[in-house]
Amino acid sequence: MKATVHVTLKNGVLDPQGKAIEHTLSGLEFKGINEVRQGKFIELDINETDPAKAREQIDAMCRGLLANTVIENYEIEIIE
Amino acid sequence: MSETPNKITAEIVAEHGLSEEEYQLVLEIMGREPNITELGIFSVMWSEHCSYKSSKKWLKTLPTEAPWVICGPGENAGIIDIGDGQAAIFKMESHNHPSYIEPYQGAATGVGGIMRDVFTMGARPIANLNALRFGRPDHPKTRHLVHGVVEGIGGYGNCMGVPTVGGECEFDKSYDGNILVNAMTVGLASTDKIFYSAAAGIGYPVVYVGSKTGRDGIHGATMASTEFTEATEDKRPTVQVGDPFTEKLLLEACLELMATDAIVAIQDMGAAGLTSSSFEMASNGGVGIDMNLDAVPQREENMTAYEMMLSESQERMLMVLHPGKEDMAREIFEKWELDFAIIGKLTEPDESGTGHMVLFHKGEKIADLPIDPLAAASPEYDRPWVPTPARETLKPSEVKAPDNLMAALKTMLGGANGSSRRWIWEQYDHMVMADTVQRPGGDAAVVRVHGTKKALAMSSDVTPRYVFADPVMGGRQAVAESWRNLTATGARPLAITDNMNFGNPQRPEIMGQFVGACEGIADACIALDFPVVSGNVSLYNETNGTGILPTPTIGGVGLLDDVSKTVGVGFGGEGQAIVIIGETAGHLGQSQYLMEIIGRDGLSADDGAPPNVDLALERKNGDFVRAEIISGAASACHDISSGGLLVALAEMAMASNMGATIEDLSGASTPIHAWAFGEDQARYIVTTSDPEEMLERAEKSGVYATLAGTVEGQELTIGTAHSISVAELKDVHENWMPDFMSHPEAH
Repeated sequence: MKATVHVTLKNGVLDPQGKAIEHTLSGLEFKGINEVRQGKFIELDINETDPAKAREQIDAMCRGLLANTVIENYEIEIIE
Repeated sequence: MSETPNKITAEIVAEHGLSEEEYQLVLEIMGREPNITELGIFSVMWSEHCSYKSSKKWLKTLPTEAPWVICGPGENAGIIDIGDGQAAIFKMESHNHPSYIEPYQGAATGVGGIMRDVFTMGARPIANLNALRFGRPDHPKTRHLVHGVVEGIGGYGNCMGVPTVGGECEFDKSYDGNILVNAMTVGLASTDKIFYSAAAGIGYPVVYVGSKTGRDGIHGATMASTEFTEATEDKRPTVQVGDPFTEKLLLEACLELMATDAIVAIQDMGAAGLTSSSFEMASNGGVGIDMNLDAVPQREENMTAYEMMLSESQERMLMVLHPGKEDMAREIFEKWELDFAIIGKLTEPDESGTGHMVLFHKGEKIADLPIDPLAAASPEYDRPWVPTPARETLKPSEVKAPDNLMAALKTMLGGANGSSRRWIWEQYDHMVMADTVQRPGGDAAVVRVHGTKKALAMSSDVTPRYVFADPVMGGRQAVAESWRNLTATGARPLAITDNMNFGNPQRPEIMGQFVGACEGIADACIALDFPVVSGNVSLYNETNGTGILPTPTIGGVGLLDDVSKTVGVGFGGEGQAIVIIGETAGHLGQSQYLMEIIGRDGLSADDGAPPNVDLALERKNGDFVRAEIISGAASACHDISSGGLLVALAEMAMASNMGATIEDLSGASTPIHAWAFGEDQARYIVTTSDPEEMLERAEKSGVYATLAGTVEGQELTIGTAHSISVAELKDVHENWMPDFMSHPEAH
């Protein structure tokens, strides 16, 4: 079973990388950018076939490693 | 006042960490009920972190003066004169609670904060040190915390291009739920270009520079002053995220502006950000400020006045400029791609003599606070305290001998607290700036004053198990060890910064530890001419009612007039004589031997008193050793501390890859294990090619010195019965930390 995880910074947490991207885009003369916030996109392929159980497993992975839950949120999507 | 939809209830007051009595005082000062923004400001200003309300009474007893002290405690950092129109500016500060919650960012922003404290005063940071204390190695969180903290320190320091040259790292179960991250920065300035925080000049502009303000770590300063419970661990407050590249720009921009004559006063925004920086500047200058919060550069939409005043966004500064310099200053900050905003002006004090902090937001006056009663007259408590009960001194005969002396040595050198910290300091850029003369791993780091032959020596020290057993003696010992470590490099110790980490001061026995440690520190500072010039207090370091070991970390700074004279801990050369300075009585109470080999925890009275610290003897022995180093007679020097004589000898052997043959000087009253591992104070080991002359000079100076052996071969040998190869020792010594850290996660 395939799944994806989006990890993003929580609202209000400073994003130095996003700031650097925004700054560089402006330097490349892309106009009209108000803000850039960046995150991580993770693709997983796991043996589990039951979607509920798969979500449970991935949720544990997110809390344990994939996301820093102090400053990041994550969103899991199960792709059949 | 649009931001006070609700009345201030008892619940809201409690949430802000103010006691009922403190809230009554708020009402008296205001003459009315405060609104939420005003309450928030009171709350952070009166938090332990900003007000030092439990500790102030005792901190005042510390000696802070010497002819070479330019500025003592009270400013952002302490300043000492190092000659030739140059000054060293330094301070140590804790970031304990944030580092436990989010180790990487907590430690990183701790390093960023202390560097700002130093460059706010006009100094370029030239070295960082970090004193770290973690829980027991087998606690499930320890490895994760070590990883994060070390990476965070390296991440911030390396990006700033400032070398991390020294520090400490210890493990003890008392820190399981409450680690300590104490960061120290040493900077270099010209004595005629030092900047202070006192605002002056009615009508002068108040300027905000650096990063934008976001909703970072709102109430961090209050959090840092409250005990952890399981519940707060789950709450996970938003921690601040640091951006070292922005701080690097801020450093360069500030130093560039400081080279002109535009700045009247400057203060970094640390804990309690805009609130504490603006109040401190106004309070120190006896003026008021009118501040327009609409002008504050904001990262997020719809920020309230409360949020802006309490935000702990990093990499920001507040300053007062001479009128007419605004455009020139703006150009500098904009060149460095930083925000620059005039957010207010200084105002006259009122008829009663106090300035007012008046805040405007969206066209409304939303707060009006009298500054002096709030900042200078904040609560000061004389908390009840009880002295720590005195312990009996343990006799050497009461402590079991090991089955094998060298096996015990190996265990101590290869244990959690005796092993090499190379794994840590190799992750830090410790050579950047190219002035690091003595790297981490010795007694003290030595950093050249760029472009001169002078150098600064620096170290951080404390032995918490001593302070726990006898706070007065432990406080003395921490200062004495710092002084010894600087001395052992040949430096003249000049001043210290103290970072006082303790448990809950509302418990009389904890308050007693604090009071005792202050007394001991003061004794030693006076006897050794080694005043306190800056410091920080971190209280409530406890989890579920269990306090940490009392940990008053001492950061010492000393001066070498000629860096070429410095010596390291590695033996001076094959065939040289080994001389022990100071007398060995074999004190094993609270010793590392007692902990690691006998397996005691140091918490019970029958673990004995810590070693006595005779300050006059410290001074006499240290002055002798320093003179021997400066004259070139001593080719190496190491102070004897945790682990005693044999551990110190082994460290010298490992540092130079040379062995030694040592005479067995134990005797009836000092059995060999007490002689080898006793932690008697005021001792050093030196090597020399001319021992007779050195011993003669020692005798003339009344210094106890013993010729103990010779540097030779590849083994460390004591008498005829005990021997071990240096390579074998080095193997266990170097491997503990990497093995521990590469172990798969325990959970």
